[in-house]
Amino acid sequence: MPIAIEVENLQKTFKGKREVRALDGVSFAVEEGTVFGLLGPNGSGKTTAVRVLTTILRADAGTARVLGHDVQKKAALVRTLIGLAGQYAAVDENLTGRENLRMVGNLNHLPRDVVARRAVELLDQFNLSDAGDRPLKTYSGGMRRRLDLAAALVARPTVLFLDEPTTGLDPQSRNDLWEVIERLVGGGTTVLLTTQYLEEADRLASSLAVIDNGKVIAEGTPESMKADLGATVLEVGLPSIDDAARTGVILDGLGTHAALVNGTVVEVTVDEGPQAAMAALRALDSAGIAPQSFNLREPSLDDVFLSLTGHRTEEVVSDDDGDLSPRQKRKKKRLEELAEALPVGTGEFS
Amino acid sequence: MTTATFAPAAPAATKSPGMASGLRWLLSDTATLTRRNLLAVTRIPEALFFSTVQPIMFVLLFRYVFGGSIHTDATSYVNYLMPGIFVQTVAFGAVSTSIGLAEDLQKGLIERFRALPMSRGAVLLGRTTADLIRNIFVITIMTIVGVLVGFRPTTGVLHYLAGIGIILLFAYALSWGFAIVGLSAPNSETAQVMSFPLIFPLTFISSAFVPVANMPSWLQGFATYQPVSVTVSACRSLMLGASSTGTGRSTGFWVVQSLAWSVVLLVVFIPLAIRKYRTRT
Repeated sequence: MPIAIEVENLQKTFKGKREVRALDGVSFAVEEGTVFGLLGPNGSGKTTAVRVLTTILRADAGTARVLGHDVQKKAALVRTLIGLAGQYAAVDENLTGRENLRMVGNLNHLPRDVVARRAVELLDQFNLSDAGDRPLKTYSGGMRRRLDLAAALVARPTVLFLDEPTTGLDPQSRNDLWEVIERLVGGGTTVLLTTQYLEEADRLASSLAVIDNGKVIAEGTPESMKADLGATVLEVGLPSIDDAARTGVILDGLGTHAALVNGTVVEVTVDEGPQAAMAALRALDSAGIAPQSFNLREPSLDDVFLSLTGHRTEEVVSDDDGDLSPRQKRKKKRLEELAEALPVGTGEFS
Repeated sequence: MTTATFAPAAPAATKSPGMASGLRWLLSDTATLTRRNLLAVTRIPEALFFSTVQPIMFVLLFRYVFGGSIHTDATSYVNYLMPGIFVQTVAFGAVSTSIGLAEDLQKGLIERFRALPMSRGAVLLGRTTADLIRNIFVITIMTIVGVLVGFRPTTGVLHYLAGIGIILLFAYALSWGFAIVGLSAPNSETAQVMSFPLIFPLTFISSAFVPVANMPSWLQGFATYQPVSVTVSACRSLMLGASSTGTGRSTGFWVVQSLAWSVVLLVVFIPLAIRKYRTRT
């Protein structure tokens, strides 16, 4: 398979009040016609990588190529080959859905009749035909994301960048978008997807890079990552935090990695599920600990992330806005707005 | 959603822009964004209010409330007032250039534009061109309002249009200045807050509403020769004759001064705005 996206030792430091090494030697390659997932928590460098690849930002060092073209030296050419749908739903609030699509088509210098036809096609494909002539102000969060994605597809890009396409969406809208993305790949488009949702990467991506603090800390297929971690996760719920701490110590020896104690829940990944379960129960029994719940399950990518980085994906490192860049503040605000707009729940659905 | 596939096809657009198509794209992209910005003006009620109702209120306020207490010897106060109102209106309107750009940055729209194969200069040109067109519309309305409250230009249509032209050029220069403000602000609210301290002293410490002669002497120099005042005086001279300014200067003097200001401001602001746009990440 030819390579569609190739990134070598990419580096970018943002200078400001505090220096932030957003990209610290990132390398990866994406085969044509596949979905590549760039997985990492907030502030890990995912968006910076996408901004470099989409010619928005210049890297300090390293190279990035899209379909063989250097994104800095051949920026104008690269822009004709790519589509970008961002986490901010970068569409014009004051225009209608159709006007937004036409604007993007015109700015791609497509012939007028093609622009009009594409707008109709895309509104139809994204189930927005009825809302096509309404200003975006009246759209729901899910509709906005669909239109944002439609706008990225107006010029039929060969390589599509999706920067956290479903962050903050309700489960139904997420599912809708996932279906669209799956169809896109069926049509041969290469997709680079960033996400903090492991479920999303698991479902869509055929290969993954896990990124944290500007570095790729793991690469592979979702399956191989789960396999590396261990076959099964043993999850034990305890009546008290004290019991959980003691259980953690007991189970440490059983697992492929150290046991993780999270409140009153202890998790450990093991190779042979049933045998490990029996050994665990015996050990707990002889220590006089009675678990409240006891589960064996398949490891999720969340477990992968936890074992790689020592923290979960959804953890926000700091709540202090002073540490956030304007971009991150904007993202936080947008997520808060989206959370408010939703009838139930917030950004977590796993 | 339908089951249609999304097979990528060879893009229909030409791949590499030559010099000629580069210019053609700059013009067509500027037109696309100008249209988009003008549509926004018609769809944001606040923006429409800001650019039309507010200046009308200023006309009524100065014409009927303050006007009786302001004495102008050379011409009637309403005649004296209207050129000042025109310039004040476009000066306040220039603030919307900064707000609009800050908003586009804040919402991530400029991010999308940067990943499109469009002309790099079109974002700023589209914004300032839309503001120019909006100014033409607003000044037309203000002319009608002026005539309704007794404004009577005395020098004929050509001179009147020349006066409008002077104002529009000055407004265009201001738009580029406020583009810099908008590109420097973290959000649209801050852009607005940053803009008014710049525009207020320029419009009010000026000859726009009252003759400078009644101000304290230390203020008169600034109030007479700052760019808003010379543009008001140029416009007044063209629409009502040089004597209406009450300054003893000729029409040509003020016109040259205003044109010089506009040109200097454009020469300074355009490169700065472009640089700011390029470096803003």
